[in-house]
Amino acid sequence: MDLKDKLLTSHIAFEDQLKADSPLHDLRSNALKVFETKGFPSKKEENYKYTSLNSLLKKDYCIAPKSENTVEFKDVKQYFLHNVDTYKVVFIDGVYSSFLSETTHDGVDVCLLSSAFEKSKYRPVIEAYFNKAAKEEGITQLNTAFTKEGAFIHIPKNKEVDKPIEIIYFSTGNEASMFIQPRNLVVADENSQVQIIERHQSLSSNAVFTNAVTEIFANKRSMVDYYKIQNDTAEASLVDSTFIIQQRETIVSVHTFSFGGQITRNNLQFRQEGEHCDSILNGITIIGDKQHVDHNTLVHHIAENCESHQDYKGIFDDSSTGVFNGKVYVEKEAQKLDAFQQNNNILISDKATINAKPQLEIFADDVKCSHGCTIGQMDSDALFYMRSRGIGEKEAKALLMYAFANNVLESVKIPELKSRINKLIADKIGVSLGFEL
Amino acid sequence: MLQIKNLHASVEDKVILNGINLEVKAGEVHAIMGPNGAGKSTLASVISGKDEYEMTEGEILLDNEDITELDPEERAHKGVFMSFQYPISIPGVSTTNFIKTAINETRKSKGLEDMPASEMLKMIKEKAELLDIDRKFLSRSLNEGFSGGEKKRNEIFQMAMLEPKLAILDETDSGLDIDALKIVANGVNKLKNKDNAVVVITHYQRLLDYIVPDFVHVLMDGKIVKSGTKELAYELEEKGYDWIKEELVK
Repeated sequence: MDLKDKLLTSHIAFEDQLKADSPLHDLRSNALKVFETKGFPSKKEENYKYTSLNSLLKKDYCIAPKSENTVEFKDVKQYFLHNVDTYKVVFIDGVYSSFLSETTHDGVDVCLLSSAFEKSKYRPVIEAYFNKAAKEEGITQLNTAFTKEGAFIHIPKNKEVDKPIEIIYFSTGNEASMFIQPRNLVVADENSQVQIIERHQSLSSNAVFTNAVTEIFANKRSMVDYYKIQNDTAEASLVDSTFIIQQRETIVSVHTFSFGGQITRNNLQFRQEGEHCDSILNGITIIGDKQHVDHNTLVHHIAENCESHQDYKGIFDDSSTGVFNGKVYVEKEAQKLDAFQQNNNILISDKATINAKPQLEIFADDVKCSHGCTIGQMDSDALFYMRSRGIGEKEAKALLMYAFANNVLESVKIPELKSRINKLIADKIGVSLGFEL
Repeated sequence: MLQIKNLHASVEDKVILNGINLEVKAGEVHAIMGPNGAGKSTLASVISGKDEYEMTEGEILLDNEDITELDPEERAHKGVFMSFQYPISIPGVSTTNFIKTAINETRKSKGLEDMPASEMLKMIKEKAELLDIDRKFLSRSLNEGFSGGEKKRNEIFQMAMLEPKLAILDETDSGLDIDALKIVANGVNKLKNKDNAVVVITHYQRLLDYIVPDFVHVLMDGKIVKSGTKELAYELEEKGYDWIKEELVK
């Protein structure tokens, strides 16, 4: 039985274990029908031309852990932003870990999606927002059909969250291979501010396939900064779909740091519904071996006087492959737009591949849209310049790679996170430099 | 200090240096002049170890040690410095961080610890003043958006920080106005002592008014065709290079 059939047949059992009167029952059933019709994406679809999930779909996954698993804090401490105070919503094999978490209802709600589903006071928020941004794609609706757990973050009007929120999904590897479907919902009400860090981390060498969906709603004048750290094991694969709806005068940024994993596919979609919105999409990808990272972005401009800025840097070694497919769609009402897209790639090895595809569809006539895409090797003149000053070849290359990724790091607003990413990059490149950029 | 013997070099099978002989002793300033395409910059690059040039014959000795097989960074560690004709910009790395890395890498090669931060800062301050460089300038990305003159001044600043044994200044005067030229020349002169040496590569005699050479060599078609003292530079300025060609034909 392939994964699709297995999921379809297990859905009744899945719903049975949830509360019978769940208001989400219809939503889940409809979503399952969408998945049944559309299935998993295949390479025949233009959007998945360069990313095949086939190898992942052949495995026999456990789709619900048999027992509740625990991990010791000392074993996972390194995955937290430990030198800074944060709220934490932590899951182990898809199940909430109250022991590792630090949630709150004090002024803001940082808690579990399952409890938001259950409690009547959250019902208006769930009804207004849940699954309202997620698209009708098969794999996204598969997540909706099986939505059970994830982070629920609701920032009320005029509230600035006092510390960053970390959302971490651990998989223990107690099962031979695991299919996990986390679901996050973030609602930032008028004039609020929040910073969120999301991470998926496997703790063993067993296979993990995560199909995560996050919906973010930025209401009038709110600011949301979202950081994704993708530094998982070589056996872990991730399809990460993030859907954002922005109302007027909002600024939403999503930074994606892709350093690990086997196959990573990022679907990042922004929809600007109000005027004077700014969407920021930044990414740094540094991979090697046979790793694969695909960034599929869409910024949908609907209203006037908006901006979007995309900046993705990729460094590819060994036989790794990268994909950048960045689409900017400008409706004819979206006049006075300033949309910028930049994608720069360095191929270190002859066997590394990048498929870069900028895509602009513009129906308005008074807009400024620019895009640039480069694919190159390490600049040999710059290397010689540095070496002639006494900097060894390896360090010179590392310095160039650092510098290459630097402007993306510059926009990270949490200093501790910035230095963590900095260190991850240094580790990934295999050198330690005497300073931080 | 530097001995170049019968140096031949080519790039993609095109011969550029065709038997160069040159000896530079500690405490000396040598000028290498010549028309465009004579091989001046190639000579500087070959001494620094740029690998796109193939050395087909000859040897380069630094303090009697053959350095031709050494990597550029190893030559730098031994005290070779080249001021680039076209310095490279490196967005994302400040001049300060760049020079810190360069100094500490050099120290590491000699088994020394990193230079203490306070000492580094003091040195940066001192050398920046010597070259009349605003220190704010040093926190900007290396050479990015710098004017031609700023780039050249930055090169000499790096030279001042690295304190090389042998400094090769490749067309350092190009892109400099007269005031900047004086500052740069003054910097070079202050760094000059009996234990180091400077090779100035230039088109024009102008720079040599400020950095006065002990010897002047004329490079043509990949060979040093004439050597003399600083008077030769004046003669070249006045008469150009054709008379040397004619002399050679005779």
